Amino acid sequence: MEKNTILKIKHLSQYYPGVKALDDINFEIYEGETHAVCGENGAGKSTFIKILTGANTPTKGSIEFAGHEYSCLTPKESMELGISVIYQEFSLIPYLSVSENIFYGREIKKGVFRDLTAMNEKAQQLCKEMGVELDIEARVCDLGVAYQQIVEIMKAVSRKARLLIMDEPTAPLTLNETEIFFNIVRKLQQDGVTIIFISHRLEEVFELCNRVTVFCDGRYITTKNVDEINKKQLISYMVGRELADDFPSPKNGIGEVVLKVDGLTNHVVRNLSFELHKGEILGFGGLVGAGRTEAAQAIFGADTYQTGSMLLNGKPYMPRLPKDALQAGIGLIPEDRKHQGVIMGLNIRENIIYSVLERCSAKLFPYIDSQREKSCVEKYIKELNIKAPNMEELVGNLSGGNQQKVVLGKMLATECDILIFDEPTRGIDVGAKYEIYQLMCQFVEQGKSIIMISSEMPELIGMSNRIIVMCEGRISGELAKNEFSQERILELASKHCIMEGLQ
Amino acid sequence: MKKNNAVSWLMNYGIILILVMLVIGFSFATANFMKFSTIFTILKQVSIIGIISVGMTYVMLTSGIDLSVGSIAGVSAVTAAILMLHGVPILPTCIIVLLIASIYGMISGFFITYFNIPALIVTLGVMTSLRGLAFIVTNGMPVFGFNDSFGNFANSTLGLIPYPVLLAAIVFIAAYVSLEKTALGRYFYGVGGNEEASRLSGVNVVRIKYFAYAISGFLSGLAGLVLLSRTNSGQPAAGMGYEMDAITAVVLAGVNIMGGEGRVGMVVIGVLIMGVLGTGMIMCNINDYVQQFVKGLVLISAVAFSAYSKRVRARMINK
Repeated sequence: MEKNTILKIKHLSQYYPGVKALDDINFEIYEGETHAVCGENGAGKSTFIKILTGANTPTKGSIEFAGHEYSCLTPKESMELGISVIYQEFSLIPYLSVSENIFYGREIKKGVFRDLTAMNEKAQQLCKEMGVELDIEARVCDLGVAYQQIVEIMKAVSRKARLLIMDEPTAPLTLNETEIFFNIVRKLQQDGVTIIFISHRLEEVFELCNRVTVFCDGRYITTKNVDEINKKQLISYMVGRELADDFPSPKNGIGEVVLKVDGLTNHVVRNLSFELHKGEILGFGGLVGAGRTEAAQAIFGADTYQTGSMLLNGKPYMPRLPKDALQAGIGLIPEDRKHQGVIMGLNIRENIIYSVLERCSAKLFPYIDSQREKSCVEKYIKELNIKAPNMEELVGNLSGGNQQKVVLGKMLATECDILIFDEPTRGIDVGAKYEIYQLMCQFVEQGKSIIMISSEMPELIGMSNRIIVMCEGRISGELAKNEFSQERILELASKHCIMEGLQ
Repeated sequence: MKKNNAVSWLMNYGIILILVMLVIGFSFATANFMKFSTIFTILKQVSIIGIISVGMTYVMLTSGIDLSVGSIAGVSAVTAAILMLHGVPILPTCIIVLLIASIYGMISGFFITYFNIPALIVTLGVMTSLRGLAFIVTNGMPVFGFNDSFGNFANSTLGLIPYPVLLAAIVFIAAYVSLEKTALGRYFYGVGGNEEASRLSGVNVVRIKYFAYAISGFLSGLAGLVLLSRTNSGQPAAGMGYEMDAITAVVLAGVNIMGGEGRVGMVVIGVLIMGVLGTGMIMCNINDYVQQFVKGLVLISAVAFSAYSKRVRARMINK
């Protein structure tokens, strides 16, 4: 069968100072196919989508859509061409009904008034065409996530979308919801809609897509028919490179168990059990949303847990608040530096000292001893090599790496024995990254322990002594140092889905 | 660089300049303005709003707001008047009234933290209810004839300084010390600046918020007592609209309405501007309605100025 090319990507590049987010991408998408775009975090998938939707202007190259060539698109042009994106984060208005959402911004009118009857009728018809059973007068916020996603798709379809881009559409869905969603996608495929499908879950690529294109580090690797390759090959394309990055390694032995977590269960985490040893860096791998952050927060007392028990140095440990964890000697460097880590309006000194203010105060009257405060802060600024004119500088004026060091300093000041790093180097430049790694090494060399959650493969493999991989709230595997490989971790990270599928 | 310094000084301390300009302006406009007696009149007048503004500062630093301050002052005044009318001595009366006032604040704190309702709504409700309460317990009639010596307090002086002014000064100094020099004080800034980061740093965010509203309630109660002493009669409508004056003063002082930023020292200036503006306009025979109009404009200009200066500062940093 002769295939029409609907979208042709020609030498598409997007450069930022020092980074090539996309570098000379060339490939084609056929009309009516479902085309997967795969790659690790930071491979350039999001940048690619942003160019298609007109959010980004490419540095070089062009796009040919339905025979017309564009050097760049504006959001308006993109929409008029019929390119629609379905994001993980929905762009629906929660308190409006399904039909109101579908026609939001282009309401059907009767004179100056909205014609709700006509909109409801049309929405109903759309439901029928797509084979969905949905109460179109229900408010969107009362629907389940899968149905919200379907509304999002209906919105795109009603706009006569020619190219539907789905960015990690199944990430927020449960298994049952995923099935509902798949049926809709299959229906769209039958109707001849062209889909670009982006997903970390490789099974879905094989189940739904016709062809797959792989990006790695902003470069185009290959395009294959999915029946030509298997999952292992796909992963090897995605990984692409050898691990060239250099990681410092701590020179210390691993000691006895310091933290034992047994059957921890909460709203996301399911029956989590593991042991952390003295002097160890225990890595936690998995996809975004696998429950790693929730587990860390529960251990730190910042999230609740329903069942399960923990032993810290052999003694029962039941944190109800982060304060309890800090007192017991467990610290947390949260993943979202801006919203959970630093306090932007305070200066470096005030941030670093924040968790131990009471220790710097006199006993009777809680007057802060500014001498003691300054010497404590000075120590950590020096130890962590925080680059700032002085300690009175507002944290908001620092670079990401230095902000992260301030958060680290705040936790080190509590003199904790176990530190949980949630994405330790997210959004930090290479130099500062290496410094953070060195600080982690120094920490465990003092006989302390680290739990490190990381979505960056090289970091996870380079820094950990042992890796636990989580998938959908459960542990799906544990790897010893000699078993580390990106392929193994990726496989385990999506293992659960396969296993459940077989049941 | 030099120009930048001048600009940032203006951004931080510009309201001092405004105060000075107002004082100079009114001195030219009316002959009697630059007199000791006028200055003390102004100070005495603003002492009540000043005390309330301190409580408001605590609350607004945590990114909250307290609309109930005026009602708490009013209900505290009439409660004290009734207690004394029934023979309760001055000191126990004051203690009881201040305790109840703190509890009013904590009630707001409870609804805000436990049910996670916006402070604006909770304190609006508390404001309305307490005003109602003041009318209920007094039957809508002023209470007087309770205790003559109580009235002496506000109307006598220590040397030249009227007692209410002295009291306000003590409150400001205590607030300065607690906010700038103690661990607890730093937490008000931290919670307002980033609540989640504060929680993850081991700070009991809920307790800090309770504290803020309790302090605000306590100080509103104190202001109510001063008001009662000054007027010598418990008016159920007393303190109406004080919340607006206090909020204006605090915002004028550069306290960020989103919380986390602001200096209590500048609140003194904010309060003084309100006082100078009010008294100055009276002395210039500007009528009440125009005064209202001007005060509203002042509030809007203050917020616009602080938003604008933030933008300028951000531009300077990013350069």
